[in-house]
Amino acid sequence: MLGKNRLVFPGEKVLLAVSGGPSSSSLLFQVQEGLSHKASKKLRFVPGIVHIEEGAACGKIQEERTKIVADLKSIFSTSGFPFVIVYLEEVFSLPSSVLQSIFSLPTEKDDLYKEAVAGFMQSYHTSVKKNLCHEKVAQETTLTEDHPHVSLLSTHAHANGTSISAFRGDFPYSPEQTKAVEKLFASVKTLTAKEEMLQTLRKHLILHTARIKGYSKVMMGDSCTRLAVKLLANICLGRGAFLAMDTGFSDPRHGDITIIRPMREYSSKEIAFYNKLFGVPSVFTAGLNTKAPEKASIQHLTESFIVKLQADFPSTVSTIYRTSEKLNPRYSQTPADDKGTETCLLCSCALGIELRDEASAFRAISISEELSQSKKPEGGQVSSSTTEECCAENKVETLESSGCSCQSRERRNTTPDLWSLLCYSCKLVVKDMTSLDLLPEYILEEANRRRRRQVVY
Amino acid sequence: MPVLCNRCEIKKAHLKRPKTGHSLCKECFFWVFEEEVHHSILSAKLFNRGETVGIGASGGKDSTVLAHVMKVLNERYDYGLNLILLSVDEGITGYRDDSLETVKRNQKQYELPLKIVSYEELYGWTMDTIVKQVGLKNNCTFCGVFRRQALDRGAMMLEVDKICTGHNADDVAETVLMNFLRGDIARLRRCTAISTGSEGAIPRCKPLKYAYEKEIVLYAYFKKLDYFSTECIYSPNAYRGHARSFLKDLESIRPSSIIDVIHSGENLSVKEEVRMPIQSNCARCGYISSQKLCKACVLLEGLNRGLPKLGIGKHHKLQDKLLKSQPLTEEEEKKFKRISF
Repeated sequence: MLGKNRLVFPGEKVLLAVSGGPSSSSLLFQVQEGLSHKASKKLRFVPGIVHIEEGAACGKIQEERTKIVADLKSIFSTSGFPFVIVYLEEVFSLPSSVLQSIFSLPTEKDDLYKEAVAGFMQSYHTSVKKNLCHEKVAQETTLTEDHPHVSLLSTHAHANGTSISAFRGDFPYSPEQTKAVEKLFASVKTLTAKEEMLQTLRKHLILHTARIKGYSKVMMGDSCTRLAVKLLANICLGRGAFLAMDTGFSDPRHGDITIIRPMREYSSKEIAFYNKLFGVPSVFTAGLNTKAPEKASIQHLTESFIVKLQADFPSTVSTIYRTSEKLNPRYSQTPADDKGTETCLLCSCALGIELRDEASAFRAISISEELSQSKKPEGGQVSSSTTEECCAENKVETLESSGCSCQSRERRNTTPDLWSLLCYSCKLVVKDMTSLDLLPEYILEEANRRRRRQVVY
Repeated sequence: MPVLCNRCEIKKAHLKRPKTGHSLCKECFFWVFEEEVHHSILSAKLFNRGETVGIGASGGKDSTVLAHVMKVLNERYDYGLNLILLSVDEGITGYRDDSLETVKRNQKQYELPLKIVSYEELYGWTMDTIVKQVGLKNNCTFCGVFRRQALDRGAMMLEVDKICTGHNADDVAETVLMNFLRGDIARLRRCTAISTGSEGAIPRCKPLKYAYEKEIVLYAYFKKLDYFSTECIYSPNAYRGHARSFLKDLESIRPSSIIDVIHSGENLSVKEEVRMPIQSNCARCGYISSQKLCKACVLLEGLNRGLPKLGIGKHHKLQDKLLKSQPLTEEEEKKFKRISF
């Protein structure tokens, strides 16, 4: 699959995002097999592992989290690749550059790939004769760099080396930081929005890790079943325009970092059999919606729906997979005009699609909102001043400003300027939040920056 | 303290809108509902002045509300349209004959002309006889294909310029989900369009596309409209039922998800390399079709020969044989015989 797509160049650094579950553990195992000397078709990239520890969002107690982290560490160290474990609390110390996509000039991929392969093979053959011991030394140094301690990414953490070392080996974050994460997730009212927010934050953390450590590609272990569920859930969440990017083989939204999903052709049953037969170790981590009732969130409902349907109609998952292959990212970004097309703050997708067609669902719902409200915007509300302010500010998209004035009544009495920076489905997530101030700083900072740029244009 | 209507803030609120959650009084709700349909019609430029429009009327809540709202808007905003009611009789005893009575009453109430076409006169088969041959699993295919043709033929007889049907937001969302689950790319692109049709066929539109089913029921209830409200007796085993129950669950989690699904469906785009069916005319009856024989002819052929599964599934190679009316070989015949249910 990697060979067909010609995306991973030999010698490239690739980050494997391992959650500990069966499909990402299987991915790790297969990469190990592929890189080992006895493989017939060797893989030729340099892997690293990242694991995002999300216990704070699920409200787990500290002992549970340290135990899971210890299990995972033992698995990772046997693989021999450099690894890093990132905690969700770090979300509050991310820089706002995470949300920007950096594009380079488009190049002729095919020629470059062949040249790169040829060059690599040559240098490999020459080095293998002379520098066998050199290679081994090189590997060990990278190991000691990030292994086995938890490495922290934010720059000011390195500055206060003393306080951090007190935590090192045990649990590196104070209860206040954990509390901040818990408060953020408590401010999101529905489980659906919580899951979406968790996914977004997780992706940002992975992207940041990749950028800091110099990785240009990230591999995720999504299986076919998981992707089918994601596809259907995304349709239900209003992300139909970006289906191809969210679930395709490669996700080029973030410019310099490409997200790849090499496990997308294997159904979860196949992966389970593979793991059993080859003894692949995996660790179960309870997520946000473990043991939740069926209708607790849209994602959970979709999963149970597809699994049930698959029992009666065994071709469901593969049909959905095939359909997803035929989809194109609509209005995909091109590097040439990335100044013109704006992107969503949270998910980096193109904005403004809903305004392109005259008669669309988006316009229909805005009209409904408008008509159902009384005409006077101030009706003795507390937030009347912010209502007027945001109506004055949002001259850019008039329909959204009228929607804004209607909705900023009870809920969003702080920072209503986020509204115009989000795509349709991220708006739905934000609608469910009681207060936007609890969002991590980097998001709010980036929002302010984009707002200022908007006013200039 | 009674809850006041969100819009006029004078009267007491009678209901809570499923679409947005606002509380509205009766009169405001009627006004808002009609305004939204008016806006859908205007923004999609569905009709032109002086056109004759056929309203697909089954006697159920959607078509009754559609007829009522079209009549109201035609007068209020002076669209200048001639409205006609068009009804199809599938021959399902206990269901369709009762609903047809409702349509006849509607005709008297709204003073619109009415035309009824039946499967019996067009094809020589009623749904009851079809189900006896086909079984309970694939009968919705027959009914749907035949009904579409029947509607078109009735419209041609009356010489209408456009047909409008009472498909509501829930229907469109279900269709998007169903087509996605079945992998039907060609239909996925077309099903969210508010107005469909091409040269040679009469265009059809769905003015109620953005109206929730719950709101339609509320409208019909509060306006005390006369409609028929039983489910088709053959429908429980249809594939659409799965999509429908899923959609209903979605709506209970998040009420805006119906519109979200429609929004996603509208913005799906397909890669250019994907092969799309080309449109031509049926060799036998002249109706539009993407294959040599239109689906209705294939299905009829199967029914008449006693091979009910002929139209179900994909059998392109047999189209030629059917065209030349050659008898099928033994093995081919075995494939199409009805499996016991």
